[in-house]
Amino acid sequence: MVNLGTKIGKLQLKNPVMAASGTFGPEYGELIDVNKLGAYIAKTITLNARIGNPPPRVCDTPSGMLNSIGLENGGLDDFIKNKLPPLKRLKIPLIASIAGDDAGEFKELTRGLSKSGKIEALEINLSCPNVKHGKRDFLIAQDEEATYETIEAVRRSTTLTIIAKLSPNVTDIKKVARAAERAGADALSLINTLVGMAIDIDTKRPVLGNITGGLSGPAIKPIALRMVREAYKSTRIPIVGIGGVMDYKDAVEFILCGASAIQVGTANFINPAASIEIIDGIKDYMAKNNIREIKKLTGALKT
Amino acid sequence: MKQLKAKIIGNKRIAPDFYKMRLASAYLAKNSKPGQFVEIECSKGGEIFLRRPLGVHRILNDGIEVLYEVVGPGTKSLSAKTAGEYIDIIGPLGNGFFVQRTAYSAQRTAALVAGGVGVAPLVALAETLVNSSKLIVHSKRRKLYVLIGACKKGHVLCVNDLKKLGAEVVVYTEDGSLGKKGLITQGLTSLLSTINYELSTIYACGPYPMLKAISHIADSSGISCQVSMEERMACGVGVCLGCPVKAKSGGYKMVCKDGPVFDSKEIAW
Ligand SMILES: Cc1cc2nc3c(=O)[nH]c(=O)nc-3n(C[C@H](O)[C@H](O)[C@H](O)COP(=O)(O)OP(=O)(O)OC[C@H]3O[C@@H](n4cnc5c(N)ncnc54)[C@H](O)[C@@H]3O)c2cc1C
Ligand SMILES: Cc1cc2nc3c(=O)[nH]c(=O)nc-3n(C[C@H](O)[C@H](O)[C@H](O)COP(=O)(O)O)c2cc1C
Ligand code: FES
Repeated sequence: MVNLGTKIGKLQLKNPVMAASGTFGPEYGELIDVNKLGAYIAKTITLNARIGNPPPRVCDTPSGMLNSIGLENGGLDDFIKNKLPPLKRLKIPLIASIAGDDAGEFKELTRGLSKSGKIEALEINLSCPNVKHGKRDFLIAQDEEATYETIEAVRRSTTLTIIAKLSPNVTDIKKVARAAERAGADALSLINTLVGMAIDIDTKRPVLGNITGGLSGPAIKPIALRMVREAYKSTRIPIVGIGGVMDYKDAVEFILCGASAIQVGTANFINPAASIEIIDGIKDYMAKNNIREIKKLTGALKT
Repeated sequence: MKQLKAKIIGNKRIAPDFYKMRLASAYLAKNSKPGQFVEIECSKGGEIFLRRPLGVHRILNDGIEVLYEVVGPGTKSLSAKTAGEYIDIIGPLGNGFFVQRTAYSAQRTAALVAGGVGVAPLVALAETLVNSSKLIVHSKRRKLYVLIGACKKGHVLCVNDLKKLGAEVVVYTEDGSLGKKGLITQGLTSLLSTINYELSTIYACGPYPMLKAISHIADSSGISCQVSMEERMACGVGVCLGCPVKAKSGGYKMVCKDGPVFDSKEIAW
């Protein structure tokens, strides 16, 4: 018997496959059985509504895509009033994702969501490359101190499981990973998108309205694997691997590099059934290789 | 909506760079409405990464047809597919045209305005209008106009199909190689100034500047107008927020989920 269960902080997941923030929504409930997922992660919300970036917001790249959505969302109140009630019917753990300009906003979001009931964990999006954060001209996850302060502020405001979502747009992922751990994060998730561009040579303009966007999909997987391994080796908390997971083999690669769970992002757009197929694929792989628990596979990379 | 593998029944070149693909799917046949679209996987993994949105061109008894122009790698790879192959489709997607308004209104005359390959979804609409309201073409006071504009002759499509339905077809080309010379918006203006019928609705599909101009004409003539919009898409179902169009009410609407058909008054042009 294969046990796909895995633990992320206080969260007990029945399998290690979640859908990544911003790439999944209730609409997919028409195509797949969402309750088969390990957990449901909602799109990142901010305290106040954001209208997002001008179009075009998405484009194809070789083996991937760029997006510059700009965290379009209705804000905390809209989430609690309109988005959360239908999500409460889910039979799997619900993880909310939050982003803010400063520690104060993160605290307010955390308090607002902590008392809402259904939400079991918060993913702290320190790493959306498509928005300007207040006066800062860097992402929180690009700075150890800012990462520490933010996670600490959230930690003081909640007993929910905290997952710090890190950015690949850094020189040394190990330092930021350790800062998040020291500040009290229960787990790390990585990677978010890499900042990139696409150019139309006929118009001599960038393809995206926002000029730059976040690169995702199979193109970023090698970088994500390397970073997951570095984060795994430099911290003791569970790692959630993200970046270009299209099938169960990609998922197993992340787990071998140290991930206790994985998230499926862009693959949802290509094949909405990807997550479900990945769950089945991991199960078969473990059965074939006589691996009883995910724990036994996590970090089992031979070097 | 469903994700399904549909068998290609035919993929015929109907003009240089334009293809008509017939897909077998009882589900799509039963559930598609004019103005809706499908997201098609053009190649498996890698090169052509995202799915490509194509409008429902015709709704048949046992499937649907799409009509597409080869403009880049995605549509090029589609054009190379042959009968018997299967392709992965998500659909039907989006809202579709609101046909009741024309079909059951007191004045059942409609004008369909197409720019280039924008005629594709308007054929399904024309068929539905004709079938759901026989009166539309057979009464003296009611009529179906289809105005097709394109850059040049080879880009004017579906004229005979539309004529067979009983529609009165007006053609404009920018270089004058077929029909009248000029933009289709001129065609609409002159139609409005000459007809004795009261137009109930204008339905339009084409490039943004054309839709904007038509919306303006409709507004100043007090005629209701539905436009089918395009935007680059990733998911096609409303989850990624990747396909925004500026709404008059503030903020954005998503072309894939809130549209692709909008009342022209909803859009901040
Ligand atoms: C709702 C909807 C319905 C459509 N229906 C039809 C149809 O019936 N027939 C038809 O010929 N075309 C239709 N289009 C346009 C069609 O989707 C594009 O021409 C096609 O995606 C081009 O892909 P490509 O790889 O060949 O070209 P490329 O230009 O190389 O495509 C690059 C990227 O841009 C996107 N893109 C390019 N042009 C458009 C466009 N006009 N609108 C949206 N995205 C675009 C592509 O999807 C792709 O992601 C429709 C678009 C939308 C949004
Ligand atoms: C369209 C789109 C929207 C996204 N929105 C969010 C978001 O709101 N919050 C967030 O933390 N990550 C967001 N991401 C990043 C993904 O969650 C994920 O970290 C990234 O895409 C890499 O994984 P992938 O290659 O599997 O897509 C978004 C990604 C895409 C493509
Ligand atoms: S394409 Fe994803 S929301 Fe429209």
